[in-house]
Amino acid sequence: MLWAKYRNKYSGIKQGSRWKGPLPLCYRFAGQCESGLRMDKIDKLEMVGISKSFHGVAANSDINLAIESGQILGLLGENGAGKTTLMNILYGLYQPDSGEIRINGRPVAINSPVDSIKHGIGMVHQHFQLIQNHTVAENIALGYDRAPLLFPQKKISDRIQTFAKQFNLHVDPQKKIWQLSAGEQQRVEILKALMNGADLLILDEPTSVLTPQETKDLFRILRDMQQQGHLIILISHKLDEILALCDAVIVLQKGRFVGRADTREVDKRSLARMMIGRDVIFNIAKEPMPKGEQVLKLDDVVVRGDKGLPVVNGVSFAIHRNEIFGIAGVSGNGQRELVEAITGLRRVEAGRIAIEGADITNETVRCIYDRGIAHVPEERIKFGIAPGLCIYENAILKQHHRDKYSGGALLAYSKIKAHARDLVTDFKVLTPSINIPTKNLSGGNIQKLILGREISESPSLLVASHPTYGLDVGATEYLREQLLRRRQEGGAVLLVSEDLEEIFELCDRIAVIFKGELMGILNADDPRTADIGLMMAGSQKISA
Amino acid sequence: MIQFDVTDRENITPQLTLINLLASLLAGLCAISLIFLINGNNPLFAFGKIFGGSFGSLYGIKETITKAIPLLLIGGGLALAFRAKFWNIGAESQLLMGAVFATWVGLNWGPQLPPAAIVPLMFLAGFIGGALWGLIPAILKIKFAINEVISTLMLNYVCAEFFTLLVVGPWKGKSKFGFPYTDDLPASAILGLIPGTRIHYSTLIIAVAALLILAGLIYKTRFGYEVRVIGENPEAARYAGIDFFKTTLVIMAISGGMAGLAGVGEAAGIHRHLSYPGNISAGYGFTGIIVAWLARLNPLFVLASALFFAGILVGGDAIQIDLGLPAATVQVFNGILLFFLIMGDFFLKHKVRVGFKTAKPKGA
Repeated sequence: MLWAKYRNKYSGIKQGSRWKGPLPLCYRFAGQCESGLRMDKIDKLEMVGISKSFHGVAANSDINLAIESGQILGLLGENGAGKTTLMNILYGLYQPDSGEIRINGRPVAINSPVDSIKHGIGMVHQHFQLIQNHTVAENIALGYDRAPLLFPQKKISDRIQTFAKQFNLHVDPQKKIWQLSAGEQQRVEILKALMNGADLLILDEPTSVLTPQETKDLFRILRDMQQQGHLIILISHKLDEILALCDAVIVLQKGRFVGRADTREVDKRSLARMMIGRDVIFNIAKEPMPKGEQVLKLDDVVVRGDKGLPVVNGVSFAIHRNEIFGIAGVSGNGQRELVEAITGLRRVEAGRIAIEGADITNETVRCIYDRGIAHVPEERIKFGIAPGLCIYENAILKQHHRDKYSGGALLAYSKIKAHARDLVTDFKVLTPSINIPTKNLSGGNIQKLILGREISESPSLLVASHPTYGLDVGATEYLREQLLRRRQEGGAVLLVSEDLEEIFELCDRIAVIFKGELMGILNADDPRTADIGLMMAGSQKISA
Repeated sequence: MIQFDVTDRENITPQLTLINLLASLLAGLCAISLIFLINGNNPLFAFGKIFGGSFGSLYGIKETITKAIPLLLIGGGLALAFRAKFWNIGAESQLLMGAVFATWVGLNWGPQLPPAAIVPLMFLAGFIGGALWGLIPAILKIKFAINEVISTLMLNYVCAEFFTLLVVGPWKGKSKFGFPYTDDLPASAILGLIPGTRIHYSTLIIAVAALLILAGLIYKTRFGYEVRVIGENPEAARYAGIDFFKTTLVIMAISGGMAGLAGVGEAAGIHRHLSYPGNISAGYGFTGIIVAWLARLNPLFVLASALFFAGILVGGDAIQIDLGLPAATVQVFNGILLFFLIMGDFFLKHKVRVGFKTAKPKGA
C-alpha cells in the first residue's frame, strides 16, 4: 500500500498506463520525434476559476492565472495561502473541485503528473525527489521515457551533457546525489524536468535551500530558459526574489486571489501589503543597549563532523547579556556542528565552552539546558517536537524532568496543561486545542510553540538556528520581535542564520563562519560589514 | 483505470479506532473463512467450534484463562517495547530464559526453603533471566547499531538450542529414564493452582498487577513520557536530553523480564519440569506480538486481547479434534489476523480514495 502512495504522489506513474512521454524541446524543434507522441508546445497556459477544498476548508477559491511563453510569473503568498495547492493542481497531484486548465486556449484534463508531463509541465518540488544513493544519471534515467532497457545511465549521460550545455546547468552525471550541494541537486531536478520535455516549469520555493551565490546562478539559469521561450512559475514568499526575477506576480491570500501586478509597477511595500493585508515593519526598531555581563565563552573549540573530519576549527568568541550575536555564513560551514557542541548534542574534541564562568564542555544535554542554554533547533519538526504527541506534551519536552511538572516520578498533567495553555496564549500559537497532535499545526505555529517553550524559562542564552526558515512574513516578524524581547529582558541570543537581512536586522555583533573558522567578528554598525559577502566566501579575513 | 489517492488522516477519533479495529478483525476472519472453505469446512461452523471450545464451556473458560496468563505478561511487555519503537521479536526466548533461571532456583534451593520463600525467589530469578536476555539486543542496538529485529529473532534460536542442550545434557533428570526432561521441581517450588483448573493464580495476579502498573508507567510517569518521545521521534528525544541508553535498557529489562515471568508460570505452574523448548512455550512469544498490536500498545487493552488470543489457542485444539485440521491452523489464523490488523493500521492513519478514471480526451 505504501508504494502505491509514493508512486502516485511523487513519481506520477499510474497503474495500467504505459507512459509515452513527450520529447525534449530541442528534439522537437529539430523535428526528430516520432509523430503521434508530439504535443503542442505551450504558448499560453490558463487556469480558470480553480477551487479546491480539503476537509471543508477552502485552500483555493476561484483562482485565475495566465502565463505566456517567455514569461516568469511569481506566485506570492504567506504559508497556507494556497500557492502549493494551486501548483499541485496544475501538476496533476490534486484534482480541482471546479474550474479548468487551458493550454493554448483549449481545455485539457490533467488527472495525474503523467498527464501534466505529457503536456509539457514540469515541477521542481521544495523537497527534492531524488534517490540519495544513486548517481545523477541514474536518477534522471529513472522515469525518463527514452532510457534504454539495459544500462540506461550510460546512454543518458551524453544527453545530460547536451542539455546541461544548452541551459548552463553544470552537473557531473556520475556523481551520487548525496555528494551534491543543495544547489546542484536542484539543477538535477530542473534537468530532469527539462529532459522530460517541460515547456512550463514550476519551482516551489526554489531558493529556500540555496546560498546567495547559488541563488544568483539559479536566476541566471531561469533567465536563460526564459530567453529560450520557456514558461516559468515561481512560488515564493520572498518579495525581493519576486521583484528581481518575475515579469508579473499573482498574490494569494488565504486561498483567495488578491491581485495580479506587473513587477515593474509595484514595490516591496505594496506587494507585502497585498500579501498579508497590512503594512509590515521591515525594520524592527532596535534600541541600543549597553553590553551586559559575559554569558557564553568559547575557547578554541574543535568539533568533528559526521564523517569524522574536524568541521569546527578553533572557534573562540563570547556573548554578553543584552546582546544578539549572529553567526552568518553559507550553510554547511560548521554552524550546525558548532551549535550542537554548545548545546551538548555533539562531542567537543578540543577547547572549552563555559556558561557564566562554569565549564560545560561535553556535559550532557540536560545539564547544559539546566545551566540556562535553551535551543531552537534548525529542523523544527525533525528535532524540536515529537510530532504524534499532543501540544501539551510537547510544551514540556525539555522541561519534563523539572520538579514543577512532576510529583516524584509521576507527571503532574494538570500543571503541564496549564503551562501549555499559557504558552499557546502568550506566544500566539493558533490551535483549536492543546489536546491535538502537534503535527497538525502549521510550521509557523510549531516554531512559535518551540520558541515559547525555550524562552518561557528565561534562559541566560538562547541558541536559535535558522529560526524563521521557511516561515511566512507574519510569523517571521513575530519571531524576530520575540528574539529582540529576549535581548531587552537581559538574555543573550546566539542567532545562526543564512538570511543576511535577518542577521543585520537583529544582531549587535556578527561573526562570519567559513569552513569551520571565524572570518571575523564585526559590530553591526562596522562599515566593513559591506564586505560580508567576501568573508562568507572565505576570501577575506578580518582580525578583531 | 484505478487510481489510489492516499492522504494522511488528520483527526483520528476513538470511535474511528474502534470501528477500524472491528473491521480489521472482521476482514481477517473473512480471509480465514476462505481457508476453511477451501478445506471443505463451513467457516461459521468452524468459528462456532473455536469460540465455543474456548468460551462456551466452563472447561474451555478455565483453559482460556490458563493460556492467557503468559500472553498477558508478554503482550504487556511488548506493548512497552513497541511504544519506544524497539521491535522486540524475542519474547519467546526471554520466556525460556525466565524458565531456565527459575528452574535452577527451584531445583537447587527448593528442597531447603518453604514455598513462601522459594516462589518469590523463582519469580525474581525468572524476571532477571528474561531481562538479561532482553538486554543483549538493547546493548547491541545502542552501542553497535545492530537492528533489533534481527538480533532478537536470532537470539530465539540461540536460546532454544541452549535450552535443548540443558535438558538433554547437564540438567537431564536422574528420575526421567533418559527422557529429555529435567527432574520435577520440588513440591515447595510448584505454583498453587485454583482447584479443578490449571490456573496458576500467583502468575495471574502478577500479570494483571503488572499490566495495571505498566499502564500507569506509560501514561502517568516521567519514564513513560520519555518512552513515548523516543518512540515518536528519537532525534527530538536526544535534543530533549533524554538518556537513550538508560531508557532503552530499562524498557528492554521490563519487556524481557515480563516474558521471563511468563516463563516461570509455564515451568513451575504447568509443566513442573523443563523439556524441549517447543513443549514449554506454545509460541507465546510470537502470539504476544499480535496481542500487543491488537491492544494498540495499551497495557489495559492487553487484558482483553490476551483473552481473545488465548481463546483462539484453546479453540484451535477443539477444531483439531472436531474438524481434523492440522495443528498449524492456529498459527495461520494468528498470522492472518496480524496481517489484517497491520493493514487496518494503515487505513486508520491514511485516507484512501479509489477513483475510476474515465478516458482522457486524446491529444488535448
